[in-house]
Amino acid sequence: MRYETERTRRRGHADTATDTLARGLGLFSIALGIAEVAAPRALARALGMKGQEGLIAGYGVREIATGVGILASKDPTPWIWGRVAGDGLDLATLATALEGNNPKKGNVGIAIAAVAGVTALDVYCAQTLSRESPHPLPPMQDYSDRTGYPRGIELSHGAARDFEVPRDFRTPEALRPYTQPEPSRHPQPSM
Amino acid sequence: MKALVWHGTTDIRCDSVPDPQIEHPRDAIIKVTSCAICGSDLHLYDHFMPGMKSGDIMGHESMGEVVEVGAESKGKLKVGDRVVIPFTIICGECEQCKRGNFSVCERTNRNGHIAAKAFGHTTAGLFGYTHLTGGYPGGQAEYLRVPFADATHIKVPDGISDEKLLFLSDIFPTGWQAAVQCDIQPTDTVAIWGAGPVGQMAIRSAILLGAKQVVVIDRVPERLAMAEAGGAITINFDEESVIERLNELTKGKGPEKCIDAVGMEAHATATIDSMYDRVKQATMMETDRPHVLREMAYVCRPAGTLSIPGVYGGLLDKIPFGAIMNKGLTIRTGQTHVNRWTDDLLRRIEDGQIDPSFVITHTVSLDEGPDMYKVFRDKQDGCIKVVIKP
Repeated sequence: MRYETERTRRRGHADTATDTLARGLGLFSIALGIAEVAAPRALARALGMKGQEGLIAGYGVREIATGVGILASKDPTPWIWGRVAGDGLDLATLATALEGNNPKKGNVGIAIAAVAGVTALDVYCAQTLSRESPHPLPPMQDYSDRTGYPRGIELSHGAARDFEVPRDFRTPEALRPYTQPEPSRHPQPSM
Repeated sequence: MKALVWHGTTDIRCDSVPDPQIEHPRDAIIKVTSCAICGSDLHLYDHFMPGMKSGDIMGHESMGEVVEVGAESKGKLKVGDRVVIPFTIICGECEQCKRGNFSVCERTNRNGHIAAKAFGHTTAGLFGYTHLTGGYPGGQAEYLRVPFADATHIKVPDGISDEKLLFLSDIFPTGWQAAVQCDIQPTDTVAIWGAGPVGQMAIRSAILLGAKQVVVIDRVPERLAMAEAGGAITINFDEESVIERLNELTKGKGPEKCIDAVGMEAHATATIDSMYDRVKQATMMETDRPHVLREMAYVCRPAGTLSIPGVYGGLLDKIPFGAIMNKGLTIRTGQTHVNRWTDDLLRRIEDGQIDPSFVITHTVSLDEGPDMYKVFRDKQDGCIKVVIKP
């Protein structure tokens, strides 16, 4: 589980949505891995990759190991990055099946599109988790009472209107507002 | 003595170094009672400012007690005086000092020839802020040698805490000068980019000077909360369009006065132009990330003012000068002429108009200082301002 960082209003809260996505990817990894280990010939046939059954089964073992890692670990971040690396390997392998006179190029194209989609999810999940904290963060500090005005903002607003702006810091007369209303006795800014 | 020493990019250590000595009759030595880490120290920490050498002592916001006075400073200072040390070292005698332009003092930068090569002319010497500005040891230490001490000090009374006075050294006058540069009128909307320590002081200064409306732009929730407490309307740039919201708050006319309290390190990943700047920085084709300048120039009301206390170091790219020229904007910038404002600001602290200690979120020892640089830079633990007690 990872925790949202200070860049969001939910800082310190557990990010259950990304955690669920990571676990889902872990289950998907195991399911795909089992299919690759159990039926490498069928997959090789469907993709026109005869002779590479051993490679497919090996990739299946990798998928299962990654999936188990994701589900068993407290922090799935490195395992999700592992999936991203595996996705790269899968895409590179599938790309080789596009060469030559492979009659199953259509299937290979579909497989590449599917793997690319899953890769996008993996990258999103890995990046989000990496950005977050592995530990619960303390609650956000509350500075809403840090006004800086010991006598209150009402008395401090405009208190320095007695300050004479030095001549070299003054706005040229031509750039000043045409009308200058009476200074408000009460501050306009929100509190 | 112990001091925080720069050794390289993100490498600051608490080292034992030789105690400072009087080197010139105008020097004084102070025992530092409080010092602070400034946002501009982070530019050194991340090594975006050139001119640092391994072994340089950090820090330019310090105060303490005078423990030794050189012969030529004795008329102005005596042992036991309580002083805040401005970050700009000033001679008090050159043409610029006499005009109150202390941050461009012509005499105190002992490496003025280097600054002149980089900037065309020398600027004042600064404590703990690169060899471009004199290479003077800084005040994040147990003791500090103050050159030109007869002019470079602000005497402060007993009976007011260090926390209320320390920021006269830099961030309070810096926020104040940023607001004064705007020559605020009672009808003005003042928009401030950055709710860090200088931005917070600029908000309070704009309120004190009577702005009709103060708007602050940032994305760190704690900083926005503190800005709101100070009387500002807040815009979280992660959640809404800065330009649309500013136009909405000003009936489509844009703020009259815009303050850049961010400077060279605008968030690198927050906007496309900042990402572009980051890439150019990495390939040494640009030194700074001026996203705020671009946004201010675009949104500022015609004939308005851009006030820039944020630190920039070198060469900036894609500045919309067409907007600046055609809208007739006034640009005011510069390092702070600290001593020009401090008498007035000290009176306002004593008068209870403002208490600058509101900004302190962390107080630590020198030993903890190196870790606090990272905490401050990464805005961890709600960190806005770190005070160090040597």
